Amino acid sequence: MGERERSGAPPYGASFVSRAEVMDAEQIKRAMKRMAHEILERNGGLDNLVIIGLQTGGVEPALHLVEALEAIEGTRLPLGTVDVAFHRDDIGLRPVLPEAPTEIPVDLAAKTVVLVDDVLFTGRTVRAALDALHDFGRPQSVQLAVMVDRGHRELPIRADYVGKNLPTARTEAVAVTMHSVQIGEMVK
Amino acid sequence: MNHLLSIDELSEADLREVLRITPSFAEVAQRRIAKVPALRGQTVALLFYEDSTRTRLSFEVAAKRLSADTLNVSVSTSSVNKGESLRDTAETIEAMGIDAVVVRHRSSGVPSQLTKWVDAAVINAGDGWHQHPTQALLDCFTLQQQLGDLAGSHIVMVGDIKHSRVARSDVTALTMLGAEVTLVAPPTLLPPAVHTWTARTSHDLDQTLASADAVYLLRMQSERQNEALIPDLREYTTLYGLTAERAARLDAKVPILHPGPMNRGVEIAADVPNLDQVVVVDQVRNGVAVRMAVLFLLLGSSTVDLPVESHSPEPRVAIS
Repeated sequence: MGERERSGAPPYGASFVSRAEVMDAEQIKRAMKRMAHEILERNGGLDNLVIIGLQTGGVEPALHLVEALEAIEGTRLPLGTVDVAFHRDDIGLRPVLPEAPTEIPVDLAAKTVVLVDDVLFTGRTVRAALDALHDFGRPQSVQLAVMVDRGHRELPIRADYVGKNLPTARTEAVAVTMHSVQIGEMVK
Repeated sequence: MNHLLSIDELSEADLREVLRITPSFAEVAQRRIAKVPALRGQTVALLFYEDSTRTRLSFEVAAKRLSADTLNVSVSTSSVNKGESLRDTAETIEAMGIDAVVVRHRSSGVPSQLTKWVDAAVINAGDGWHQHPTQALLDCFTLQQQLGDLAGSHIVMVGDIKHSRVARSDVTALTMLGAEVTLVAPPTLLPPAVHTWTARTSHDLDQTLASADAVYLLRMQSERQNEALIPDLREYTTLYGLTAERAARLDAKVPILHPGPMNRGVEIAADVPNLDQVVVVDQVRNGVAVRMAVLFLLLGSSTVDLPVESHSPEPRVAIS
């Protein structure tokens, strides 16, 4: 569940209380670098690749991934963002407002898109993002990179590149920044 | 927020929230497939008892971009022509399971009355001299695009203030955003209670324009005045119209707005609308985005009240 969904879901106004740090800044950096190498290996280079971060949690990881790829290959990939508020399946169940505009800098037709998010949980956000992408053209293929895969999928969706597999309970919460990944609870 | 009847009912936070999310809706229009499924399966009825081109089209396009279905109830082809009362029309619409009613009427208060008769969300698209809230929202959005933060900016509104629902809506909204508004009109075209408004008044256009950050021209509403409030339209144009000379004296950065339709040669000289600083087309474009935002807020998240304070972009920690 992303920040936006959490803020609009019960318990309203709850805040995150950390129990343990599961990744520190150094480990996050190493995971990013590894994912960059995996992306290169899988696609045989950077030709035709576009990196797109999900608003808002996936935007910063996407930028770091672009920078990690640039450090290895010397080419800067086009970087976009996508907001999935209009494509969610829980509109009407809770207030899901758009956070920031979608910005796709290139035509996606015949491109390979790497979607980037901070946490993969139910898979519903990714499902919505796939729908949103198709308003911009027909990509050759779409791959998914996430910082943390915490399980509990509700849809047949999996990540191609994972920073860390983190077994969690449904009631737990995961907080991701580029300096630290923490596990804890939402406490009112 | 269950209905949008008047700017007065909005808090500053509500107003800023609508303006904050509007760019996301504007972006949808740029997509190759300019349609998103957000309001799939919902039906919006457009109930226009008064002539309108851009407002009706704008609401229709907005609803369709969000995948809502639209029904046009135009007075000339419906049972209203046979003498059906507003209440009966409303109940007919209600029985058909409509989710939102967009209404324009020549009498003030009709949208508010409708909310008592139907469960659907009611959006005021202009009622008499009273309010036209979505116009105020799109004007605020357009002015923010042009001027940035409106706090401390000086907006000059010229024309028939007395009969203008646009002025009544815009003055409230602009003041909420911190702008200072000066209304310029002949005394007969100012409302009697104008001293209760949060705006200054003036009868000297040239002097007021010297300190203007934006100029808003209102249409001379000839259909509303049978009472000879001005001696002569030509005299009005000379004293209160944006003539070519007045436009030339304005800084090129001062945007000129008009809610449309323009009476070229009356409140605005024939060639002035061709200037780059005239942002009437932006107003129309932004109108669609703002109305999408309003429809989405009313229909897309109707079961829970908006916890506005939780949508602040900071801190940027993703809680999952």
